Amino acid sequence: MSVLRTSGGLSVAYRPRALAVGSGCLLLALLGALFTLASGGGDYPLSVDQVLSTLIGQGNPADAFIVREVRLPRVATGLLVGAALALGGAVFQSVVRNPLGSPDILGFTQGSAAGALVAIALLGGGSLALASGAILGGVGTGLLIYALSWRQGLHGYRLVLIGIGVTAILTGVNGYLLTRAQISEAARAVLWLTGSLDGRGWEDVLPLLCAMVVLLPVVLLGCARALHMLEMGDDTAYALGVRVDRVRLAALAAAVLLVSFGAAAAGPVAFVALVAPQLARRLTKAPGPNLLPAACLGSALLVLADLVAQRAFTGHELPVGVITGVLGGGYLVWLLATERRAGRI
Amino acid sequence: MDATAGTRLHGDGLTLGYDQRTIARDLDVAVPDESFTVIVGPNACGKSTLLRALSRMLKPAAGSVLLDGSDIHRLPPKQVARTLGLLPQASVAPDGITVADLVARGRYPHQGVLRQWSRTDERVVSESMASTGVAELADRFVAELSGGQRQRVWIAMALAQQTPLLLLDEPTTYLDIAHQIEVLDLCAGLHAEGRTVVAVLHDLNHAARYATHLIAMRDGEIVAEGEPAEVMTAERVEEVFQLPCTVIDDPESGTPLVVPAARHRVRA
Ligand SMILES: Nc1ncnc2c1ncn2[C@@H]1O[C@H](COP(=O)(O)OP(=O)(O)O)[C@@H](O)[C@H]1O
Ligand SMILES: [Mg+2]
Repeated sequence: MSVLRTSGGLSVAYRPRALAVGSGCLLLALLGALFTLASGGGDYPLSVDQVLSTLIGQGNPADAFIVREVRLPRVATGLLVGAALALGGAVFQSVVRNPLGSPDILGFTQGSAAGALVAIALLGGGSLALASGAILGGVGTGLLIYALSWRQGLHGYRLVLIGIGVTAILTGVNGYLLTRAQISEAARAVLWLTGSLDGRGWEDVLPLLCAMVVLLPVVLLGCARALHMLEMGDDTAYALGVRVDRVRLAALAAAVLLVSFGAAAAGPVAFVALVAPQLARRLTKAPGPNLLPAACLGSALLVLADLVAQRAFTGHELPVGVITGVLGGGYLVWLLATERRAGRI
Repeated sequence: MDATAGTRLHGDGLTLGYDQRTIARDLDVAVPDESFTVIVGPNACGKSTLLRALSRMLKPAAGSVLLDGSDIHRLPPKQVARTLGLLPQASVAPDGITVADLVARGRYPHQGVLRQWSRTDERVVSESMASTGVAELADRFVAELSGGQRQRVWIAMALAQQTPLLLLDEPTTYLDIAHQIEVLDLCAGLHAEGRTVVAVLHDLNHAARYATHLIAMRDGEIVAEGEPAEVMTAERVEEVFQLPCTVIDDPESGTPLVVPAARHRVRA
């Protein structure tokens, strides 16, 4: 651990390795973003110079339109959604004390999907309704799971099992909602369900950005240090002066909102919330929830996966959720196998 | 004079329980200042429950715990944590944490968002590790330590909290005899430095030897309390533990030594 101290007695502690991992991932994310801005899906390539000059308000109108109105919102969505999902996942895994305690597996993303499907299939709403549905669905699922698993405190294992049950139910509900939708709407819904950054505009970015401006300080400044203490068990955390129930509720609420807003912007992109915090831990080798490294890694993961999704098959773009799903699913299998062997699940 | 004068920590009329189950009813307990108070009693009699109530981990259904004259549940948690430390019966060491990192977490109640790691923090953590004999383990992973080493690391964490009152729930359980004595000597040292120490112990002879104040519990009630020599009588031990025994003088310390009556004698 290293420290920065001021003469006034203020001090900030950090781990050099975690800092390196975090900034490395951020750099990677920004490079991926720049590359996406320059080349997009392969048609209409621009040079880095051209991209940068459009970003500072110069360059010709066509370039400016492509960069600022088409590619930049997409890239911004990717960066923010990746960070939001990863951060939400890191909080969940830390509170539940189990890597399986991830929003993907606990059913929050399915809840968001159910909300969005209600908006699309039953109410025939547009993209605003879809986003609101996703947020309401995610938050509603959060409340439901919390209510079902609360018993004189929150117990990680109970939460995971109940979450898995809720996921199963919601999967059925979602299937039913899809059958109720018109064909065209069903197609739109399925694309959304896979998780896609295609065609994102500023109207998708803004709500997420506002949510993150509020939620990041809540999580990073308000909860992070107490989350470290919570990892040692409720009693020890109490003994150290943590307001256990309040911190846990605040952290989980913030995490549910992050994941829901993320899903509202890009769909329930699979496994980022599960994988990013786990990878971050393994890279930083630091105990604790590793919130910031996880967020940076989530951004990098999603932007790079989107780059692959756009360019893997020329002329046929994949939704980014397919890429993260394949990578993340493989990772989940590996995780289950190794953690099982280590007796941690 | 008030019966609770000279006790910074006491519980009045405590009713303690979980859900609908009541474990203790109308319990009065006082921890004498600067004592080494030891709580003994059979399994499941409510020792941990009492300790958890005294450290505001469990809210009493009735009655209140007073710390320095204020209801402990009304005091700011961090302020309580700077006065009263608790080592719970079971704590979880986070994955991949080193000894130094774990001990450093004991400084949490002294820190804030903008005061994350002061020079005092640094000094107190090394002192805590030195006085528990884990300084040379500082960079080892907690998960790789032996039970005795791990217990000393947890005690070091509680020490780093720098609280004048320290509650320890079964600090010697799972340790071999040498490590038990080591931990008890450590506690006695803390007591000698002027801290008030409360510990739950299972070994009656250790309790009698180290305690300055002994509390015997059964079925959620305090059956007897006071100086070990007065509390630890053969009748009392039989009453509390249903164990017939003789009590003699410990040849080493002169404190009571409980010798259980043998039901099955090994023939010579
Ligand atoms: N979290 C809990 N929920 C419900 N009952 C509990 C809980 N913890 C302890 N108990 C019960 O309270 C009683 C007293 O337990 P405890 O105080 O841990 O005993 P001791 O520490 O003396 O062995 C036991 O019967 C135990 O089963
Ligand atoms: Mg106990």
